[in-house]
Amino acid sequence: MTNSQLTPGIVPGRLPPQAYAANFADIAPPLDAHEVRVAADRCYFCHDAPCVTACPTEIDIPLFIRQIATGTPEAAARTIFSQNILGGICARVCPTETLCEGACVREAAEGKPVEIARLQRHATDTLMARNAHPFTRAAPTGKRVAVVGAGPAGLAAAHRLALKGHDVTLLDARPKGGGLNEYGIAAYKTAGGFAQAELDWLMGIGGITLKPGLALGRDLTLAELQSGHDAVFLGLGLGGVNALRAEGEDKAHVLPATDFIRELRQAADLAALPIGREVVVIGGGMTAIDAAVQARLLGAETVTLVYRRSKAAMGASTVEQDHATQNGVRIICNAAPVRLLGNGAVAEVEFAYTEERETGLHLLPQTFRLKADQVFKAIGQTLEPVPEGIAIDGGKIAITGAGRTSISGVWAGGDCAQGGDDLTVAAAAEGRDAAMDIHLYLMGADHG
Amino acid sequence: MADLTTTFIGIKSPNPFWLASAPPTDKEYNVRRAFQAGWGGVVWKTLGSEGPPVVNVNGPRYGVIHGADRRVLGINNIELITDRPLEVNLREIKSVKRDWPDRALIISLMVPCDEESWKDILARIEDTGADGVELNFGCPHGMAERGMGSAVGQVPEYIEMVTRWVKTHSRMPCIVKLTPNISDIRKPAEAAKRGGADAVSLINTINSITSVNLDDFAPEPMIDGKGTHGGYCGPAVKPIALNMVAEIARSAETRGLPISGIGGVTTWRDAAEFMALGAGNVQVCTAAMTYGFKIVQEMISGLSDYMDRKGFTSTAELVGRAVPNVTDWQFLNLNYITKAQIDQDLCISCGRCYAACEDTSHQAIAMSPGRVFTVKDEECVACNLCLDVCPVENCITMRELPQGEVDPRTGKVVSGYANWTSHPNNPMARAAE
Ligand SMILES: Cc1cc2nc3c(=O)[nH]c(=O)nc-3n(C[C@H](O)[C@H](O)[C@H](O)COP(=O)(O)OP(=O)(O)OC[C@H]3O[C@@H](n4cnc5c(N)ncnc54)[C@H](O)[C@@H]3O)c2cc1C
Ligand SMILES: Cc1cc2nc3c(=O)[nH]c(=O)nc-3n(C[C@H](O)[C@H](O)[C@H](O)COP(=O)(O)O)c2cc1C
Ligand code: SF4
Repeated sequence: MTNSQLTPGIVPGRLPPQAYAANFADIAPPLDAHEVRVAADRCYFCHDAPCVTACPTEIDIPLFIRQIATGTPEAAARTIFSQNILGGICARVCPTETLCEGACVREAAEGKPVEIARLQRHATDTLMARNAHPFTRAAPTGKRVAVVGAGPAGLAAAHRLALKGHDVTLLDARPKGGGLNEYGIAAYKTAGGFAQAELDWLMGIGGITLKPGLALGRDLTLAELQSGHDAVFLGLGLGGVNALRAEGEDKAHVLPATDFIRELRQAADLAALPIGREVVVIGGGMTAIDAAVQARLLGAETVTLVYRRSKAAMGASTVEQDHATQNGVRIICNAAPVRLLGNGAVAEVEFAYTEERETGLHLLPQTFRLKADQVFKAIGQTLEPVPEGIAIDGGKIAITGAGRTSISGVWAGGDCAQGGDDLTVAAAAEGRDAAMDIHLYLMGADHG
Repeated sequence: MADLTTTFIGIKSPNPFWLASAPPTDKEYNVRRAFQAGWGGVVWKTLGSEGPPVVNVNGPRYGVIHGADRRVLGINNIELITDRPLEVNLREIKSVKRDWPDRALIISLMVPCDEESWKDILARIEDTGADGVELNFGCPHGMAERGMGSAVGQVPEYIEMVTRWVKTHSRMPCIVKLTPNISDIRKPAEAAKRGGADAVSLINTINSITSVNLDDFAPEPMIDGKGTHGGYCGPAVKPIALNMVAEIARSAETRGLPISGIGGVTTWRDAAEFMALGAGNVQVCTAAMTYGFKIVQEMISGLSDYMDRKGFTSTAELVGRAVPNVTDWQFLNLNYITKAQIDQDLCISCGRCYAACEDTSHQAIAMSPGRVFTVKDEECVACNLCLDVCPVENCITMRELPQGEVDPRTGKVVSGYANWTSHPNNPMARAAE
């Protein structure tokens, strides 16, 4: 039996076998040597460059581009990695249109910024291809730090701490490290097993012991961790998902978009991954876009993304919205789910149109229904489980300064902590900065 | 479309664009195709004496300077004069000229520095029908080691002597091609004039090493691990060539001596600049070698359009038009005062002007919150570096202070023309009458 896009229900293999590799190939393949030179030459080497300010990790962009332009991409990579050890993944996943490239003066001048991300990828790929680790660890300090969560925040913290000579235990609840780099980011942004390759390369600094399959709260307590270590960093991400709070949400085939993506990212054979014929995605952020696009790429006939507010209010940038529509995703704004219908499994979703008033979002009497044999919820993630005894503010771990939590000796950063955008690069910056603060704390403590 | 017909030392060509003596003019096949493409004339690749021709290296003969998009900015070569037998060249020249009577065809010559050799070669080219000869006193490599080319061009007495031989033994118009590898270009031009030359052409290529291979530690182009200096040409040499042309055009001794302008001519605009500085026509090599013969079409349409805009009906109206405005530094108006001003609507806030002025000039640009850049008139000396480094055209302009206005930098009222010759700081100043 062969399936097609028109096969009803949730089935695998909707596309010809060769289509999967093409659909999930690297979305922005590396520039070739000549393209690199041309792209690098476009940088004006601005004074106090606005792109640097716009980068949460403040990479010296004009400097690294000049290093590329003069034929020294590995020096460029060191410039990048000295600020952001996750410069490789960031070059692939950063929404640069709202970060460095959005601030590029050539964006203002001609609507065509310098291709910073692709140049960054060229530099970091060049160095990583040699499998060389660019830094040398400082002499051991004898201090022990536990880092919980091997996502971008935890990795950045662990690397910086190890660099400074501390011994790091890096635990993660999941079987593999990498956090959302491994389990969340769209497959076509991290093609070629990049997340694990980067993790291995990063560990090359030495002094980090990765312990996967070990969950804080389930396998050990915060107090236990603290007693065995001089400091603790929490980079837990956001493990829970918000509920729709619509009638019928518990029907079969209604699931968190992050679950669908995680399964997709771990699938050995994408052709074997079942997908609905009519898919509805609810939400307006990056997760919603990624779920919708990848559902289409797996062969869903129709994918409709429904967001309750206006297009302008969407968390996903216009570049991402365009990417979705180019891949055949239909976007409906100003509509909220009120009921999920179906006999056991979901078959239809009823939406009410909405209006944004000063008093908030209001449901209008007008409704419509979309056929759906699969519904992905992407309306935000939540901190789960909450570590015991820690102060929470606005649903996230409360912090002051560079990630200090309410518990002395415990830092937090990344998505699980207050402040900053929920982006890979922001997590990398927060992890790094917390590590520096921990380092000062540990060394200061040493000398009384 | 303005008529571009140009008469240079009595030689008429449908336009002032000639191909310089070099690979593009090395053989009949090339020259026919060049004429088909529209070139007004060619100077045939330099011929040597009868007998076994010179040989070229068999490894690479060019070095190159690239811009970022591999745009060719300059080429250097270690090629010698023609390596094909004299008889073959002469036969081909005759055949091409017969079929293209309206195009200029000049023969470039380089033979040993004795009267017999010159007399002999001139006799041999007599019946080719060529319009004139160009004496190659410029080739800076290889031939110079054998006492020819720039070895002659660097000694004004030799230039004068050889030119006189040529004028004695031939009735053909004679152009003397000058080498730029000399400290004062006026001296060889004067010598050529004394010898009876009808015109000078310049520049030939500049002694150069374009790059060094940092793994093999030898200059490029590398021949079996060794390199030698070559001759530099292309867009990079244009400013040097323009200055040399202007020096000859405005010097009292050589004023009026016809000049064929060479060196980096790539577009109609380059050609117009050479002509405005006194060149009666131009010769092109590197641009043709980079883009092929077709570029002459852009040169023709561009120069015609420009002449139409200016109301010029003949290229002669353009030739030399800028010469009276080339002067010595000492005669520049020191009371001409300008200030940089930044158009805030065009500014893209890159801050390059700030870095340039703050780090290397006069600390005359202020950077305010929100990346706003403004010029401090009281500090600006009008060097215009900010304008040069600004990536946006017309964003920074130089505003002239009218007479009567106070220059905030010096506190002095702007007054009329006055130059260094009468400036109080000049110890040699002539006392004001
Ligand atoms: C679908 C999706 C697509 C995205 N796309 C982009 C994108 O294109 N660009 C971008 O910049 N950002 C993107 N983001 C956001 C980005 O992935 C996150 O901001 C970033 O990963 C946050 O890093 P983190 O280290 O804080 O958390 P995470 O990456 O979530 O890592 C947290 C880690 O902690 C572990 N953990 C959690 N609880 C425990 C516990 N109790 N014990 C032990 N370990 C635990 C988890 O297993 C996980 O490995 C996307 C997010 C999602 C969900
Ligand atoms: C490969 C090469 C060979 C040349 N050979 C000669 C030559 O034989 N005789 C000559 O007078 N000039 C020769 N030249 C110099 C050119 O005629 C010309 O003067 C010089 O290249 C500058 O012009 P351009 O900038 O347009 O190339 C040669 C130049 C090149 C690049
Ligand atoms: S003209 Fe020169 S001195 Fe004046 S502002 Fe510009 S760079 Fe500074």
